[in-house]
Amino acid sequence: MIEKLAYLWPEITLFIATCLVMIVGLSPAANARRLCSWICGVALLLAAGLAASTPANPEALFPDLIPYFKGLTAVVGLMLLLALAGTVDRDLEDLIDRGKIKFNPLQANRAEFYSFFLFSLTGLMLCATADDLIWLFLALELTSLPTYVMVVISTRGTRSQEAGVKYFVLGALGAAVFLYGFALIYGAAGSTDFNDIRAAFAQDGLGSIGTAGMLIALLGVSFKIAAVPMHFYTPDVYQGAASPVSAMLAFVPKAAGFMSIFALCGLVGWGFGEGSDRLPESVHAMLWVVAALTMTVGNVLATLQDSVKRMLAYSSIAHSGYMLVGVLAGPGDTIASNGLAAVLFYLLCYGVMNVGVFAVLASLRNSQGEEPDALDSLRGLVRSHPLHGWAIILCTLSLLGFPPLLGFLGKVPLFTSGISAGLLPLVLILGVNSAIAAFYYLRLVATVYLEPKDEDAPAIDTQPIVARPIAAAISAGGVIVLLIAVQPLLEAAHQSSRYRPVEAVEAVAPAADDALLQLSEPITSRDAQPASDAG
Amino acid sequence: MSPWLLIATMAFPLLGAFAAALVPAARARSTALAASLVSILPAIVALDRFDWSDAAAFQGAGAVEWLPALGLELSIGADGVSMLLIALSALLGPVCVLASWTAINTRQGLFYGWLLALQAAMIGVFCARDLLLFYVCFEFTLLPMFVLIRVYGSSGRVKAATKFFLYTFTGSIITLAGFVYVAWQAAQQSGGLWSLDMAVLGEVARAMSPGQQAWVLGALLAGFAVKVPLFPVHTWLPLAHTEAPTAGSVVLAAVLLKLGTYGIFRFAMGYTPDAFAAFAPQLAVLAIVGILYAGLICWVQTDVKKLVAYSSVSHLGFCVLGLLAANHTGVTGSVLYMLSHGFSTGGLFCMIGFMYERYHTRDMREIGGLASKMPVWSSFMVFFAMASVGLPGLNGFPSELLCLIGTFQSDAAWSLAGEPGADGMTLGRWYGVVAGIGMVVGAIYLLYMVGRICFGELREPAGHDDHQGAGAARLPADLNAREIVTLLPLAAGCLIFGLYPKPLVDASAAPVARQVQLVTDAAIDARTEAAQPTGFIDTSGPSPEVAP
Repeated sequence: MIEKLAYLWPEITLFIATCLVMIVGLSPAANARRLCSWICGVALLLAAGLAASTPANPEALFPDLIPYFKGLTAVVGLMLLLALAGTVDRDLEDLIDRGKIKFNPLQANRAEFYSFFLFSLTGLMLCATADDLIWLFLALELTSLPTYVMVVISTRGTRSQEAGVKYFVLGALGAAVFLYGFALIYGAAGSTDFNDIRAAFAQDGLGSIGTAGMLIALLGVSFKIAAVPMHFYTPDVYQGAASPVSAMLAFVPKAAGFMSIFALCGLVGWGFGEGSDRLPESVHAMLWVVAALTMTVGNVLATLQDSVKRMLAYSSIAHSGYMLVGVLAGPGDTIASNGLAAVLFYLLCYGVMNVGVFAVLASLRNSQGEEPDALDSLRGLVRSHPLHGWAIILCTLSLLGFPPLLGFLGKVPLFTSGISAGLLPLVLILGVNSAIAAFYYLRLVATVYLEPKDEDAPAIDTQPIVARPIAAAISAGGVIVLLIAVQPLLEAAHQSSRYRPVEAVEAVAPAADDALLQLSEPITSRDAQPASDAG
Repeated sequence: MSPWLLIATMAFPLLGAFAAALVPAARARSTALAASLVSILPAIVALDRFDWSDAAAFQGAGAVEWLPALGLELSIGADGVSMLLIALSALLGPVCVLASWTAINTRQGLFYGWLLALQAAMIGVFCARDLLLFYVCFEFTLLPMFVLIRVYGSSGRVKAATKFFLYTFTGSIITLAGFVYVAWQAAQQSGGLWSLDMAVLGEVARAMSPGQQAWVLGALLAGFAVKVPLFPVHTWLPLAHTEAPTAGSVVLAAVLLKLGTYGIFRFAMGYTPDAFAAFAPQLAVLAIVGILYAGLICWVQTDVKKLVAYSSVSHLGFCVLGLLAANHTGVTGSVLYMLSHGFSTGGLFCMIGFMYERYHTRDMREIGGLASKMPVWSSFMVFFAMASVGLPGLNGFPSELLCLIGTFQSDAAWSLAGEPGADGMTLGRWYGVVAGIGMVVGAIYLLYMVGRICFGELREPAGHDDHQGAGAARLPADLNAREIVTLLPLAAGCLIFGLYPKPLVDASAAPVARQVQLVTDAAIDARTEAAQPTGFIDTSGPSPEVAP
């Protein structure tokens, strides 16, 4: 156990920061309380640095995953931190500043809010370190549980409470489902350790219990990535929560979900069974259907929305569907054929551009002091607030995948890997869905950019929080500036998604010599396919 | 020729776009005019430096690697046909700015910015030598056009803009699928290394089986046929034309539609010659139906702008027909048509725009006999209408004639290539005869339009001068100097290339010959294989050094 510490320093840093934030955030001194977000920021920077220097873990399914994924978590976490600034306790601190009331720890939410934020990111990082089903379950829950609370305390209205309860109940259901799946996998394989399970599956095949376990576990985890049919909570929760928290919900649980899907699929490997270069047939079929449905349902329903946040929620569902294509494609020799790298890279792109849109929404307020939600309330934003307007336009166009913005380059590897893996119908569905998505994204762009301001409509004002427009500006800048760094980022994603195939010898211990010969062909066939393809 | 010349023809309008968007609104149009005039310079120098003796080669080639892992790079280069279209696009810049001079009064920075951005994107399409740049520019043309129609169009602009966008975007997504398929084939052959270089992919695409080529051709045409537009996917065009502001209509007719025919010329002929030859008769039927059907629709229009819009559909049918003839005459005619249609129909849209500025109506029932009131306007109107009809001496004539002659000769093309037995696989005289009726219909509706608007008793819409306020007494006046200057380059193009089209024919000869050779070879191969069912494979396929 102790040797695992080497991979856990980022999490440990975040955990220490969490404890600090909990104490400092309840301090009676206002200046000390203000330190909370700074502590988070420093901790995330430190975690990013530590993640970058984490050694490879030769025992893990994805030995080189940690530096990229934890670094990604820390970087997007920093952007989220900027967007989250001022979400809680603003009125309270205002009153305290003016000497109206005294600080009462029972009324303040700041300590919980920031510590839960760090807890959630810690959980996300732990997902990447997981090498055991129990660990994975705990990491997933550590990612999700704090977000339930954050949704509720993010606004003072009743909607966020409704959203929080809904999210919690359905989240618990999702957790129950994948825990049940994990239990069945344990039943089939006789171990919770990933490597043992892999060896058992490689040796004996999945069997009916193992298959059921995999399918149920994947179904449960699809709650985290908001994939159909576990997507129903998404629009309500995103709409009910404050925009910065919605931005976080769109990234953190999704990334955790994809880590779990990577791990679960890694248990069986892309190349399961003889001569196959795919996941086991049942798993492949289910993920295929889920991916196609998720893209289509998300995009079609998004076109029908008049609320920006509901639209973004449905679009977030659709983006999960896109990424599932990469999961199905699986690992590959080249960047263009490596679906896992495509997913990892797309997570980064999605994190960057998604924070931007929500940060713009979060930095605006209507005459009631609430976030604007109706699409029409953003009419003519470019002229009344150019920075906000252009930021949301750039990020939206990038989400649409408009060339040559970051979102476009994010999608290209998904396409190429899907095609390389022979998933032509699915890639076609992906293409059609990109076209459908254009409809609602451009509607948002047209509203912000082209529509004249409605004279009768209440004026839109900016929130007096500096950090949020900065987050928006960083996102909008990111979708352009990162264009020059796409090549190294893709290479990093490619490196870190290296999948370690199950050792053949382990798998065939009791078998005879000729079987040994047969199986010493690596099981992940596409990963290790000889260069004969080149001809 | 240096690649910087091509880059400058793209970059100048792009920089101008930013300048026009950023300067105070009052200076936007003069900034835009200056930028578009300056943008002509590199185009002229490029025309001069271009080595016309080797017009089939892609000159001014240059490439920047961007994402080698995914085979993404940006590379440029232009052959003779590209150069002509680039020059046309550059020339139209100032024409469009001048045509909008007084018509656009609100949000001028936005308008001129997008207009120039559109010009840059169109030039980008014509000089792209890799599919990334081609596709990005091809798609990017949608955004400016969408904005121009949506914000500055007339009453039905929202619907028109949406329909325009959805049609063309959906079509080009399918085109992208076709491109990606070809790129994937290439990647498989090169061991997983992706490349988007047009020449490389062209060789891979031509080596595909006829079945594969047929699918790729279908995917390519999904985007290009919508853009042209070919019957039956033409329905977005009349709407978009009618609602677009004048400059939008001019760019749309003069250059944007040519992206479709250029795509067919470059990719449908260059990438999938087997399928192109095999499906030419069926596609020609679509083109001819479009010619006649749109022509008949023109006849019953009362909205003069819609009439010209449908006439575009009809005329572009000839252009596609010339390409489908796949012989030197027809394809040359088609390339000429791409240019001449830009001059004549661009001119017609300008005329209608000027009329609309004065009368605020385009309804031929309300308006008529303008020759007595606006003789200069009417003269230009008659001139452009005649150019569009195909009056000998004006530019419509040689291009339309060559397209038709090409169609007539199309069945002979293969025998000219030394092949026996031209057995009706390609177009022939009946295609030419039926399409020829389209010329007659074209003459009818355009003369009918001119007759109603320019001649007869003066009819003006009631209360047309209410809009004019204090200056009502002297309006509507005839064309002013600015408007005449707008029209002169277009009129000069119509006249010069009508009387002496030889420079254009010469300039496009080599690239045309190359594309024609590809299709002819493919058709001959197909016929040889059909004639020799024993399995003999003709190895004299397309020579490897030719690039699409």
